[in-house]
Amino acid sequence: MTTLVRHRLFWPAVVLVLLLASNVFFAPRFFTITLQDGHLYGSLIDVLRSATPLALVALGMTVVIATGGIDLSVGSVMAIAGAVACLIIGDLPNQDSVGGVLLAVGAALVLAVVLGIWNGILVTVIGIQPIIATLILMVAGRGIAQLLTDGQIINVSSPPFRVIGAGYALAIPVSVIIVAVVVAAAVLLIRRSALGVLVEAVGASPTASRLAGIRARGLTVMAYAFAAVCAAVAGLIFSSNVASADSNAAGNLIELDAILAVVIGGTALTGGRFSIAGSVLGAVLISALDITTYTIGVPAETTLLFKAVVVVVLCLSQSAAFRAAVFRRRSAPATPAAEVPA
Amino acid sequence: MIDVTAPPQPDTAAAAARKRRRADRRHIPVLATLVLLAAMYGLGVANYDNFSDTQVLLNVFVDNAFLLVVAAGMTFVILTGGIDLSVGAVVALTTVVAATLLNAGWPAVVVLPLVLLMGTTLGLGMGAVIHYFKVEPFIATLAGMFLARGLSLLINRNSIPITDPFWSGMAQERIRFAPGIFISTSVVIALVVVLVGAYVLAYTRFGRTVYAIGGNADSALLMGLPVGRTRIAVYTVSGFCSSLGGVLLSFYMLSGYSLHAQGMELDAIAAVVIGGVLLTGGSGYLFGTVLGVLVLGLIQTIITFQGTLSSWWTKIVIGILLFVFIVLQRLVTRRAR
Repeated sequence: MTTLVRHRLFWPAVVLVLLLASNVFFAPRFFTITLQDGHLYGSLIDVLRSATPLALVALGMTVVIATGGIDLSVGSVMAIAGAVACLIIGDLPNQDSVGGVLLAVGAALVLAVVLGIWNGILVTVIGIQPIIATLILMVAGRGIAQLLTDGQIINVSSPPFRVIGAGYALAIPVSVIIVAVVVAAAVLLIRRSALGVLVEAVGASPTASRLAGIRARGLTVMAYAFAAVCAAVAGLIFSSNVASADSNAAGNLIELDAILAVVIGGTALTGGRFSIAGSVLGAVLISALDITTYTIGVPAETTLLFKAVVVVVLCLSQSAAFRAAVFRRRSAPATPAAEVPA
Repeated sequence: MIDVTAPPQPDTAAAAARKRRRADRRHIPVLATLVLLAAMYGLGVANYDNFSDTQVLLNVFVDNAFLLVVAAGMTFVILTGGIDLSVGAVVALTTVVAATLLNAGWPAVVVLPLVLLMGTTLGLGMGAVIHYFKVEPFIATLAGMFLARGLSLLINRNSIPITDPFWSGMAQERIRFAPGIFISTSVVIALVVVLVGAYVLAYTRFGRTVYAIGGNADSALLMGLPVGRTRIAVYTVSGFCSSLGGVLLSFYMLSGYSLHAQGMELDAIAAVVIGGVLLTGGSGYLFGTVLGVLVLGLIQTIITFQGTLSSWWTKIVIGILLFVFIVLQRLVTRRAR
């Protein structure tokens, strides 16, 4: 029992369960999952579906943060990926062609790799502090996305493209499957090989890891490229879900939510040890929080306030110092009471 | 026998030279920023008519006085190795609360200290959470950002105009040096804040403790420095500066709006870092932050003079200018080392 309580993901998991449970009072059928036309429907499925872009971005962010960096440009990369894909699909003679959609998706991913390498080079070769290096692409990237779409929202009507964000396979939403596959691949690649240890070494001390013979620069560039690809896939899911490229709304402020998810998952912003499962849990928690505000009918004005309260509760519950303080206050009156009979 | 009466005299000339070189090295990031800022200004003068007017330069101060104050507070936080994401939201909350209270008929004499106290208290709260409960500054201040922005949305979703005579007086008051050459009172307030801040950082026990914590918090603690008190204090300072920045913004805009100052936290952080302060803390000067604010302001001015840019080209150009500036700064700093 104590090992369970001490697990670093225990408190976020408790908050997630409490959040989900609180919905039942407002929507009795919240936990009901039904099968309609071969598709799973239900609020829990909605929570997972809406968590998919954030989970992907948080996954990439985890690796970058593990190297001791941070990536503010993820939202802009999402917007660029969506814009590129929709531009190419919009120009297709036949939007139903699967090959054309694959080409568009491939082009968006390749561009994301280039953007990620750009971030990585700024950080490693030129030596700019990560928060500023990625701020450049965050500002300019949204401009590039708007330039690509000419400041308009590009609508596409391509059934194969719709599948990515809104389709179902084996009754499960395709976006959830994509995220599951990417996360599983990342865990396999990072945890089943030495890659994870190397990344943690770079984050803990770049100098020491370089002296130990680790190619810190290459690994860091790879981390930023990975984060950009994750963000691009998230951008494709987002843009496919709304069947359009909206360069202003796509990934707006998602970097803050992603960093929040990573920290909730127990990864320290100083770099070093990281937890992929924790980040995914954090992303699901933030998505559950958003869905909960709709279900229990929090007025739009107070959504942010509600979020602030939950984040504060979550941070305090994760803080060992806070739990100790509360615990001590509770046990303090008990001690004199025990002394009275003696 | 060891001669204890006459300690060995260091070679004074060599020591002085070494000291000078070491002092130089600490100043290099700030000097690099200064040189590049001058180059950027020269570029503007060469390319655009009327760019050389004194008022163009003064307007950079007039238009960025609030950012200067906010960035000064941010400098304290970043010097300890922390970060404060709540500043933009606190600025917005300050404008909304001030506008609401003024419209309800409260006198300016009461509203002004009240909003400053509110921002300071918010900063104090975040500092306490960060210190006592060991919550990461990034997350604690992110929660503060949601809280402040959420509160201002709760109070009023719409823009509230300010008609109070003191506020509009402050908005229109100009300190004129010559015909057509003037600054606003906000600039004076901002410069006073910067001077006081620079003095505190350089010459007071509190300021030196701020640097010590940024250098190595554990060592500072072992030296017997009041680490906890100082760490809480820097977030309090930042909260105060944010609310003062909010007051200056409400002078400038003459309105309170929950969407004011969106993304200002990133502008402030960028200004501090461009000014040569390390995000890991312990190194940098408030003067550098002033230069950082001027760099951002000058980029905006150049874009305004260019005039024909669409909103997306504006973003791309800001990104390119920021990139060129930072890369040059890195190259200059590295070569000098």
